[in-house]
Amino acid sequence: MNKLSNYQINYILSLADSTLILGQRNGEWCAHGPILEQDIAITNITLDLIGQARNFYQYAATLINEVEHKNETEDSLAYLRNERDFKNLLISELPNGDWAQTILRQFFFSSFMLLVFEELEKANDEQMAAIATKSIKEINYHVKWSSEWVIRLGDGTEESHNRMKNAIEALWMYTGEFFIPADYEMIDVASLKEKWLEKIKAVFEEATLSVPENTFMQTGGKNGIHTEHLGYILAEMQSLQRTYPGAEW
Amino acid sequence: MTLHDLEKAFQHKIDNEIKIEPKDWMPEAYRKTNLRQISQHAHSEIVGMLPEGNWISRAPSLKRKAILIAKVQDEAGHGLYLYSAAETLGTSREQMIDDLHSGKAKYSSIFNYPTLTWADMGAVGWLVDGAAILNQVMLCRTSYGPYARAMVRICKEESFHQRQGFETLLVLSKGTKEQRDMCQDAINRWWWPSLMMFGPKDSESTNSDQSMKWKIKRKTNDELRQNFIDMIAEQIKLLGMTLPDPDLKWNEERKHYDFGEINWEEFWNVVKGNGPCNKQRLAARNKAHDEGAWVRAAALAYSEKRKNRLNNKAA
Repeated sequence: MNKLSNYQINYILSLADSTLILGQRNGEWCAHGPILEQDIAITNITLDLIGQARNFYQYAATLINEVEHKNETEDSLAYLRNERDFKNLLISELPNGDWAQTILRQFFFSSFMLLVFEELEKANDEQMAAIATKSIKEINYHVKWSSEWVIRLGDGTEESHNRMKNAIEALWMYTGEFFIPADYEMIDVASLKEKWLEKIKAVFEEATLSVPENTFMQTGGKNGIHTEHLGYILAEMQSLQRTYPGAEW
Repeated sequence: MTLHDLEKAFQHKIDNEIKIEPKDWMPEAYRKTNLRQISQHAHSEIVGMLPEGNWISRAPSLKRKAILIAKVQDEAGHGLYLYSAAETLGTSREQMIDDLHSGKAKYSSIFNYPTLTWADMGAVGWLVDGAAILNQVMLCRTSYGPYARAMVRICKEESFHQRQGFETLLVLSKGTKEQRDMCQDAINRWWWPSLMMFGPKDSESTNSDQSMKWKIKRKTNDELRQNFIDMIAEQIKLLGMTLPDPDLKWNEERKHYDFGEINWEEFWNVVKGNGPCNKQRLAARNKAHDEGAWVRAAALAYSEKRKNRLNNKAA
């Protein structure tokens, strides 16, 4: 396989993995949300994320099968790869924590993905551009919904404000990875940082919150070096496919 | 008008198939029965999210995962319309939810059974939603307007769920031996509890007569149960599986399937709180509600602040 298609495949898989793993995490809220309307909203976002993941895995499978003459499917890529193969951003695999942490993670992640997809829409990879165009509509809503919640909780009660502060404390160090390019990345992620930070600061200001001084950042997800959480997510998610190899569902 | 005249006019409307609307006069017992039934139905949708939500993280393919999530989400939506319909009878959603959490209000006992394998997602869709639909199709013509209208919308989605459930089992029934065993086992476990969903026998049911007269119900528990058995006894042939009832047999004279005795002791035990998951279901609902209290308080505080700011600006 040539290097270029290998890069392309890895990049598509990294996007698939991030959206799937975050979908897997958000799905834990389904039936357990703080109020019915918001249970429905987070579940909607979960469905969008799983849908995006499926588009990426299907595209990756097509490319792999063309280049390597294999029989990959969206499910073999999602269910039969191991911890070190997954390239998702670390932030997507962190436990949900409380509603503040879940909201803030969605806000950081979706604000970043919106910029990524806007770049991909311009890419000369037609399939990628088509997935991006479809996803941008969804992500615009994810950004809007999560921004509104960041503001509501930041400027709500003393307790919600403190919980948002704790969430920022816990999650900030997982945002640096967004902008550190992996060798396979097809877009210049470093160049998105300023625009992302601008969005975060604007929403934080309205939420009476601030961006932390601490700038130490965790990295590794893009290259398959994960937190200890990922292994458990995969063990659970992949259990049926692993227990009954080759079965159709 | 005297009370007697009001009651006569009310019954006249019912007899002439005119829907009762929230602002219309209605007997207190009619209001109470509807409120009890609609809120119980809403609670069933919400508690019913738990046994299926149990398999979202382990759904065996991405397609199945998406279908399952969408289904559980539909149930949350059904809960919302039903709470709104019930609110038209004068009780707030908060009050109804408090009654659920305190154990005062009931929900369908079927959700007190555990979902043990993936095949349960199919069996719940096919049998549990299938049983629910028969009841709900009837309720599309119930006499209380808001309830009937909510049901029309819900029925469309529910029949889709039932087909998805059947299709899940169909795939398993054509799969490996382990999958076929899983399929049969799920049917065995969900069959009898599904029959219990229609409630006690007509001869034992306390609310039935008045509910029929007021057209809240249009078919009795036993009629609906028989319809369900006749339907499933045919559909199961397509799966090549069996129903766990040695007495199940077509009766040419009655033009219905005969069936064996339901274990009513089990039914009453689960109703009284002794089902395998009664405690877990209520604990999960209470936990979600309690842990969400600060979120709801923050949303309220924020909307108050915003209102004040807008008022100050205007002033």
